[in-house]
Amino acid sequence: MKKIVGLASFTLFAGLLFQSCDNTERKLPILGEATVEKKMVDGKEVIDSIYPTIPDFKFLNQDSVYITQDFFKDKIYVANFFFTHCPSICPTMQRNLLKAYEKYKNNPKIAFLSHSIDFKYDQPHVLKDYANKLGIDNDQWQFVMGSKADIYGISEKYLVYTKEDASVPGGYDHSGYLVIIDPERRLRGAYDGTNDEQVTKLLEDLDVILNEYR
Amino acid sequence: MIYKYLTGILTLILALNLLFSCNNKLSVQTMQYATIGQKLYVQHCQNCHGAKGEGLGKLYPPLTDQKFLEENRDKLACIVKNGMAGEIVVNGEKFNQAMPGVPSLTNIDVAYVLTYITTYFGNSTTHFTQEEVIQMLKDCR
Ligand code: HEC
Repeated sequence: MKKIVGLASFTLFAGLLFQSCDNTERKLPILGEATVEKKMVDGKEVIDSIYPTIPDFKFLNQDSVYITQDFFKDKIYVANFFFTHCPSICPTMQRNLLKAYEKYKNNPKIAFLSHSIDFKYDQPHVLKDYANKLGIDNDQWQFVMGSKADIYGISEKYLVYTKEDASVPGGYDHSGYLVIIDPERRLRGAYDGTNDEQVTKLLEDLDVILNEYR
Repeated sequence: MIYKYLTGILTLILALNLLFSCNNKLSVQTMQYATIGQKLYVQHCQNCHGAKGEGLGKLYPPLTDQKFLEENRDKLACIVKNGMAGEIVVNGEKFNQAMPGVPSLTNIDVAYVLTYITTYFGNSTTHFTQEEVIQMLKDCR
């Protein structure tokens, strides 16, 4: 009997120890389905998992300047999809992303990227006005537009659903995910930008991933 | 079972207590209007105007400007149902962005939601009646 209690408490103790050490080293998962590749390294066969990444892109931003993946080189960034006169989920999503912007303002390792899905109306000057009114006064948060095919195409890569749909308020249907992309262009987290708990988690997870790319 | 029942009652008492202590000037009917109005507010207005009526930057104005709410009390029903556009000054800041209306709200819904914003974010102590809303909606520009 004593032995069992002893063993149990030891396991518990070890478990706690392991967990606490695991916690400080917590890493964000890599999202998406990996493809497995076999490579030869020093004459030995090793197995490598290749995760989906965000492909190259080129979009016009709020200052009428083309930005590409190079803008986000060596940075962790949070991406989402919205449109300026969206009456439904976007205001909440942007209010929440603004919390992250304010928390990491002037941190050169963190950036934000909002894609407009209203390719007809959201021209650069409209995006600029929107950014100004939201209180964005540096280039850390990029607002971009592009052709329908390009924007809707890349939204799939971010695992965000977007669709032109006349039957929903505002004319566009989309999900309000805030997605973390790492400097290797992999997806590391997706959070519902309209849910307070998930937004709190996003802020915590940004600290975790900043630690990984210190 | 009994335990569940008791906690239920306790929460209810606490909630009522909270409601009345903050707004002891309000009549029971005004309180009822405001409570229903809060649900409608969360559903139709909170995304833009915020949980505390704080607005968002210079995009969406706060609903906490007592003077604006008082001076424009007669126009509020039209704003909610038909939306508004053009430059306005709220809490000393300029706003100029179109607000889409919520035409699906019934007249009594409009009375509920306006009672909520004017008593909770403003300092009004009375509720909007359905008749008042109907009257206001006749004069929308
Ligand atoms: C899509 C965003 C949006 C939604 C949803 C919305 N509003 Fe507005 N609201 C605005 C904007 C933008 C203005 C400023 C209009 C202008 O600049 O002329 C405004 C102005 C107002 C004003 C007058 C100015 C002030 O701040 O007091 C009131 C009152 C108001 N809204 C109440 C409501 C109520 C009640 C609801 C829900 C039934 C609602 N709004 C839903 C965006 C919104």
